[in-house]
Amino acid sequence: MDSALIPEGVKRAPIWQFLLAIAVVGAVLLWGVYAMLLCWIQGLNVTNMNDNYGFALWIWADLAVIALGGGAFFSGFLKYIVGKDELKNIINYAVLIGFICYSSALLILGIDVGQPLRGWFIFWHANVHSMLTEVAFCLSCYFGVLTIEFIPLILENRQLDRVRFFHHLSHNMHGIMAIFAATGAFLSFFHQGSLGGVAGVLFGRPFGFREHVLVWPWTFFLFTWSAAACGPCFTILVTKITETIARKKLVKDNVIYLLAKISGWMLLTYIIAKTIDTWYWATTTAPSMGFTLMDFYTGNSFYGIWILILEIVICGYLPALILISKKGREHPVGLWVAVILPVIGVSLNRWVMVLQVLAIPVMPFDHWALYLPSWQEVATTLLPVCYGIILVLICYRYLPIFPQERELNPIEEPPAPSEDVAGAAEDEGEEAEVEAPDQPMEPAQA
Amino acid sequence: MLPFSFEWLWDMPHMVFHGGLHFALTVLSIGMAYCIIKAMVQTIKGGGEDHGHH
Repeated sequence: MDSALIPEGVKRAPIWQFLLAIAVVGAVLLWGVYAMLLCWIQGLNVTNMNDNYGFALWIWADLAVIALGGGAFFSGFLKYIVGKDELKNIINYAVLIGFICYSSALLILGIDVGQPLRGWFIFWHANVHSMLTEVAFCLSCYFGVLTIEFIPLILENRQLDRVRFFHHLSHNMHGIMAIFAATGAFLSFFHQGSLGGVAGVLFGRPFGFREHVLVWPWTFFLFTWSAAACGPCFTILVTKITETIARKKLVKDNVIYLLAKISGWMLLTYIIAKTIDTWYWATTTAPSMGFTLMDFYTGNSFYGIWILILEIVICGYLPALILISKKGREHPVGLWVAVILPVIGVSLNRWVMVLQVLAIPVMPFDHWALYLPSWQEVATTLLPVCYGIILVLICYRYLPIFPQERELNPIEEPPAPSEDVAGAAEDEGEEAEVEAPDQPMEPAQA
Repeated sequence: MLPFSFEWLWDMPHMVFHGGLHFALTVLSIGMAYCIIKAMVQTIKGGGEDHGHH
């Protein structure tokens, strides 16, 4: 039915399977949309946010997807600035994942601000002393960069590419993509960093406060570093999940291994820096404010020292050592483990630096605050996940995301049937959608 | 916020924050304008049909 839109030389699932998948995920998405409308119509009192959890599930999800979407800027940096040309075979997917992550982040913010119609206030009435202003500026601009990087991929759809203007536009955008990628790397460096900087400048919150380099606390650099390390792991993870669901190889191993190796070294250096930062904070910064390390991890039923061990050792050193070892990253199970753990680790880090930091009592009369999100918060957090899955389904079906797919999955040409046999085959229907031979389009269609 | 807005101050925070924002927006706008105008010219001239996919 839609075979004219499917990229040439690749095989896709039957249309009914595709529509069924969209419908199932779409049902959850509609639940999220309903919850989103409740948040807008009834106000933020439908959430379980409070004074201790003003940054709640939404902001954690926001920071987590921004970190995981870091694969787009870092892959772009490696390909266009450093010159790792092999990554051209995964950069499309990295851009798509980044686009989904950043549009999701903006969507979540649109719900979290309560009155999205006033979203432009931060640009016009900007508080130029706030790191979050810088985040808003860079986040919005970088989403623009990702959109610009995503447009040529859309224009390479088999039918759109026939339109001469789109064909030229796509080619021209590819021609100067390095400029856009460099701008994206610049913007990402600052907004990833400033998100970490927000916790690091909280001198009234000893759990988050860190020493500074000029105006930037160490958390500024650690956040950027962790996004560059863990973002590519998420790109690899989503690629592997896509390959598993599609039941075919989409990217050659050497490309995955190269990205995994770079991620491994980034992760190892990051986690060493994180360890030094934690050590200095635990032995010098926090004691200077009257706290010991265990003050932050005792006296409640959830935030224990296990968080620190899980984040640094199990989700930090362990995957880093697997990824930098050739044997480790080339082992099928090893690679899966080594890309899942950093994704958990960076998500946990964002929870700790955004939520635990405000939950810890700092006054003698304070108590540990715990939090359970309302169903509206959960549904609106699942909303962007469903939106992402649907966008991936659509893009995988209709856009040439994986340049190596045809080579890795050649379609054997059946022998030319006689007219009678061909007619019988048509009656039986087709098992899967394969691209139709190119047919010239009518000008109106084009 | 633009320099002619009544809230604007010619101090370092305003210049750094808004300078960075407008610099990024300018680079993206000029880049896109270049690509679009060049594509329009190429379409009108009818050349460059053979550069294929990337």
